[in-house]
Amino acid sequence: MKSIIRIILITGLLSANIYGARGMLQIKGSDTLINLVQRLSEVYMEENPGDYIAVTGGGSGTGVAALINKKCDVANASRLMKPKEVAQAVERKVDVRRVVIAIDGLSVIVNPNNPITKLTVDQIGRIFRGEVKNWKELGGNDVAITLYGRQSNSGTFVFFRDAILKNDYSQKMNRMNGNAQIVEAIKRDKSGIGYVGVGYVKVAKGLTVLKVASREGGEYADPLNANDVKSGKYPISRPLNQYVNGSPKGKVKKFLQFELSAKGQKIIEAEGFFPISEDYITFNKKAGL
Amino acid sequence: MINRNLQPLKKPWINSSTKDKIIHGFFFFNGLISVFVLVGIFALLVYTSIPAFKEINLTSFLTGTNWNPTSYVKEEYGIVPMLVSTFMVTIGALCIAIPLGIGTAAYLSDVAGNRTREIAKPVVEILAGIPSVVIGFLGIILVGPFLAKIFGTSNGLNALNGSVLLAVMALPTIISISEDALNSVPKNYDQASLALGASKWQTVYKVKIPAALSGIIAACMLGMGRAIGETMTVLMATGCAPAMPESFLGPVRTLTSSIAIELGEVAYNTTHYYALFALGLVLFIITFFINMVSDIILHRFEKVNR
Amino acid sequence: MNNKSITQFFGFGLLRLCIVLVLSALAVILYDIFHKGGAIISWEFVSEMPKKGMTEGGIFPAIIGTFYLTIITALLSIPLGMGCAIYLHEYSKGGKIARLIRMSIRNLSGVPSIVYGLFGVVIFVQFLQLDTSILSAGLTLGLMTLPWTITASEEALKNVPQSYRDGSLALGATRWQSIRTNVLPYSIPGMLTGAVLGLSRAAGETAPILFTGAAFFLPFLPKSFSDQFMALPYHLYIMATQHHAIDKVRPIAYGTALVLIVLIFCMNFFAILIRYRLRKVKME
Repeated sequence: MKSIIRIILITGLLSANIYGARGMLQIKGSDTLINLVQRLSEVYMEENPGDYIAVTGGGSGTGVAALINKKCDVANASRLMKPKEVAQAVERKVDVRRVVIAIDGLSVIVNPNNPITKLTVDQIGRIFRGEVKNWKELGGNDVAITLYGRQSNSGTFVFFRDAILKNDYSQKMNRMNGNAQIVEAIKRDKSGIGYVGVGYVKVAKGLTVLKVASREGGEYADPLNANDVKSGKYPISRPLNQYVNGSPKGKVKKFLQFELSAKGQKIIEAEGFFPISEDYITFNKKAGL
Repeated sequence: MINRNLQPLKKPWINSSTKDKIIHGFFFFNGLISVFVLVGIFALLVYTSIPAFKEINLTSFLTGTNWNPTSYVKEEYGIVPMLVSTFMVTIGALCIAIPLGIGTAAYLSDVAGNRTREIAKPVVEILAGIPSVVIGFLGIILVGPFLAKIFGTSNGLNALNGSVLLAVMALPTIISISEDALNSVPKNYDQASLALGASKWQTVYKVKIPAALSGIIAACMLGMGRAIGETMTVLMATGCAPAMPESFLGPVRTLTSSIAIELGEVAYNTTHYYALFALGLVLFIITFFINMVSDIILHRFEKVNR
Repeated sequence: MNNKSITQFFGFGLLRLCIVLVLSALAVILYDIFHKGGAIISWEFVSEMPKKGMTEGGIFPAIIGTFYLTIITALLSIPLGMGCAIYLHEYSKGGKIARLIRMSIRNLSGVPSIVYGLFGVVIFVQFLQLDTSILSAGLTLGLMTLPWTITASEEALKNVPQSYRDGSLALGATRWQSIRTNVLPYSIPGMLTGAVLGLSRAAGETAPILFTGAAFFLPFLPKSFSDQFMALPYHLYIMATQHHAIDKVRPIAYGTALVLIVLIFCMNFFAILIRYRLRKVKME
């Protein structure tokens, strides 16, 4: 009996005692960016033994809030900071700088059994607002449309809504926990349509990625084609951002430089996103990189 | 071991009866911990919910049929679809779990031989040890597609899937408490019934189950509480569309899954955040009520059979 | 066969069908997990860090995270649970306060796990400023397991014959001396068994740790109790719903489910072992 208590105590003390130096880089935020940044940090840590980076998710809002509260060094955000957040940052004396590390094409996906392969932005909007209820109305099979989207606070949910729907999603849209669950559902569901980052569809098979035109009669662009996304011909793309406090220096700078280097951008492409364009390279230079 | 401990204490630093009183006091406060925690949870839910109602009208919260806290147009906080979803999934689960649970309990208490019971009981208890996240996982990849095939729906993320999974989660509770209830029916009931010429089946069906009925009802209510409060399985396997549910083959979003799905990314101390605590409060009140009622029933049952 | 025995035949057949259905549900669950999870299990899987964006490698940090979490849970719930049970069974004389306590315990055990999660967010993460950490999550789980620990501990105290207490009290021992020397030694095995059973349930819980400290991925093991952590059930949740290469990680999800279930079974087995061993020691 006593020995058991002793064992419990000793284990407790031991594990409490292995306090290490907490000099690691903390990166927090968007779930769209998490897999990418994690992969980047993995390669970075292999190249720079002794440097530690912790990447955690929770959504763009969580990351930005943590940066404002000085709980992390870099905030991942798949959207821009809201005016309210900027005001909070100013109030807490956090000098927020934005760096664009990659471009994300948001792809609209359907089941391969669905004959539809392209849509216009307006049609997509009508589908997700719940105004079009059957595929037949768009020239497809006679089946009711099942919508798959993200939950209400994800950056992807907000971006797609603000850029494409310009109104609320249909309340009948299934709210999935993650991009991956949307992909999986669409694979199974012949009537389904969903939106996910291109990074998710590049590695997945058994999906149709729709070509999208910005307006009726316009040219349809393919999100899987890097040039279409980079040139802005594909209408649903967005920059992926990282926010830092003040002009980046030390470890933060070293890691950001790695992300923007040729090697880093190559990893970004391998993970299914797109490298940044000249405009953003100039933009990042202004932030001190 | 005992002898060593009973040796007289060396020079007590404090009068032994005072010491005993202090120790008594210590355990008394320790005993009150559970009361503190329960009251604490309730108070905290109320306290954190209140700010939500600065911006949300209480009536529209309780009667609204739209839940859309991050709307493009107008934020809405109506919990009716979630209440309906929660009860749909729960009732579906009970329709499956109650007959199966009572049947299994009756089998274990009255039909099974000693050997079978010795093996079957612990095996049933294993079911209680399977984490809800594992059940939810199987709901996505196994039960969902299976149900979709049977019912010819395009996907399996629906209320029925949730009900089946929750039934599995509620079964161990229902079985073990029902079995206890059946076992505590006095032996002379059986004997009298059998002596009057009733068959064993008639005895189980017409004498024992009615005699244990209040205990069985309590078991079912506890199972119901379990199903209402379950989070991970419904979060993963029911689609979570916020619209008012239309059928068992459509998606639903329960109170628990709404909290789980939205709290992760909501900014602290906003109306939306407080509203999620209000959902928690509603959930707490529902389960509290169910537990109280089942407790009272069970208590009465125990008294009668003593 | 007469009418009565025909109905009996079918009636009992129905009951048999019930238990067969219940057992087959269990069999399907276990078969699927063990069959598909077994394929990936190897020493590397349980001892290595995840690699290549969690599509390869092992789940070691999740196992360690669950282990640390369980330590905190145990440190909170075992002493408090035992103390509460000692009060209820040894000190209180069954008055109103005891009734109130018992009622609270029963209600606490019915509070949904997500509500404990909400409580943890406000009290531990925000109010006590423990942030999202092993400590916050472990304490949340500790409160959740409290009612189970209390019930199990009280059960163990009930099994100690009253004469043990009377004997020492008659010799002039104070109540505490009598509890310490004549009651606790005999009830500790039962208490620990119940406590470990409760801990095994806590180890499988996901909802309370969603917001109190579980992390998607951490490239290192937690260095202290104030770090975030990976945990087995949360890892399974992510692998099943959020990972970008969902097909690629399906085997890992199955493997995680298998490790989690085996861990829980082992804890249950260990609990029974404690009871057995400690009983034997006492006999000598």
